[in-house]
Amino acid sequence: MKVFSYERPESLDEAIQVLAASGSDVEILAGGTDLVIAMRDRHSQPKVVVDIKRVAELSPSLIWDGNTVTLSATATMSEVVGDEGINTHFPALVEAAVVVGSVQIRNRATVVGNICNGSPAADTAPPLLAYDALVVVAGPDGIRRIGIDDFIVGPGKTDLHEGELAIAIELSAPSRLVGSAYERMTRRRGTDLASVTLCATVDDAGVTQIAYGSVGPRAWLKKDESGILADPSASDEAKAAVLEGIFADASPSVRSLRASPDYRRAMLRVLGARAVGRAIERLQELQGVS
Amino acid sequence: MSETVHIESTINGRDCAFEVAANHTLLDVLRDQLGLTGTKECCVVGECGACTVLVDDVNHYACSMLTHSVRGRAVLTVEGLQDANGALHPIQQAFIDELAPQCGYCTPGQIMSAVALLKENADPTRDEVRHALSGNLCRCGAYDHYLNAVLRAAADMRNAGQIA
Repeated sequence: MKVFSYERPESLDEAIQVLAASGSDVEILAGGTDLVIAMRDRHSQPKVVVDIKRVAELSPSLIWDGNTVTLSATATMSEVVGDEGINTHFPALVEAAVVVGSVQIRNRATVVGNICNGSPAADTAPPLLAYDALVVVAGPDGIRRIGIDDFIVGPGKTDLHEGELAIAIELSAPSRLVGSAYERMTRRRGTDLASVTLCATVDDAGVTQIAYGSVGPRAWLKKDESGILADPSASDEAKAAVLEGIFADASPSVRSLRASPDYRRAMLRVLGARAVGRAIERLQELQGVS
Repeated sequence: MSETVHIESTINGRDCAFEVAANHTLLDVLRDQLGLTGTKECCVVGECGACTVLVDDVNHYACSMLTHSVRGRAVLTVEGLQDANGALHPIQQAFIDELAPQCGYCTPGQIMSAVALLKENADPTRDEVRHALSGNLCRCGAYDHYLNAVLRAAADMRNAGQIA
């Protein structure tokens, strides 16, 4: 690992000042499960590493306020998986967080870091997109909130500008009843990067949102307002036709070693139908008890 | 801006203060600076689990943490498991009794993940043990033996009143 300067700000103001003084050759460290490996492999050679784990404003890592939960930049996958409210309101996020890496990775890796890392295969991206999450960004000009669909740009790229820091992700439980489910395809069970990731949400007004990743430069968010996907009595053929349109942006790489483009497209259809089916079942359970 | 960092941590129950290079991982420091070579270096990319240690009772990969991360925290490695009289930890003893290790290289990591599990769950099912050890690879494929050992250790420790 190349030599770097290590900074550990204790407040958000200090973190912003350190970032401003460091220019572009800086990396932000939270869990470090990607960054430390990248630095060791010399894919990443920052002059300055800013460790944000002791920034006072980023604790506690999970805060509920009414129907909104704020996942600070220090919130780990394990903390998200263990949170009762997130299990109740955002079960697909839990299903995604619980398959990231291994136990030890999840004890360290953060949800915000998963998004800022910008991997097209990031497991938490599809559920956060489908739940309309907001990313909270702090910079020299203050705080801005940006929809996660606009925050995610491409492989390794986000809407984070020089001098800025993503401090949190906000999720608001919708006022409507929503069923949701996350699906992923890997080569083997256990620790593996996903070949296809997909999250579906179905609400009681018949609107379905599907977000899918690992089949192109970024995870895409699509909406079906026709009511066909959400309709438990619609035929598989009718749903398949809608899903074809939704998956039109899939552009899986021919160079990937994990799966061929044809296989990924085929599995996208399977996972899409499966996730919509499970989301409808969960919606019906909610309607049954409400 | 400094390139070495002063660290104070509790390592295996002892308060330690040392200077580390900013770019050294916890694994580098444990093995090369503190001489604690029970924590194994293997894949070094956070996939195999041979370097698993406990930080404040939670299991982590030492290869993918910078040493700064353990400032003010309690680190436990396999060397810290035996008691003051040198008796093995019940989990270590159970690994021996069940002939769990084959080549033994992944064993310290497997044991540390088992320690983390039994701190949280005194009576795990076989599936829960499998899940808890899923971040620790064993290229000999001795997984079933490890599961037997962890279940035996859990029973031994419950019977001895060491966990509940």
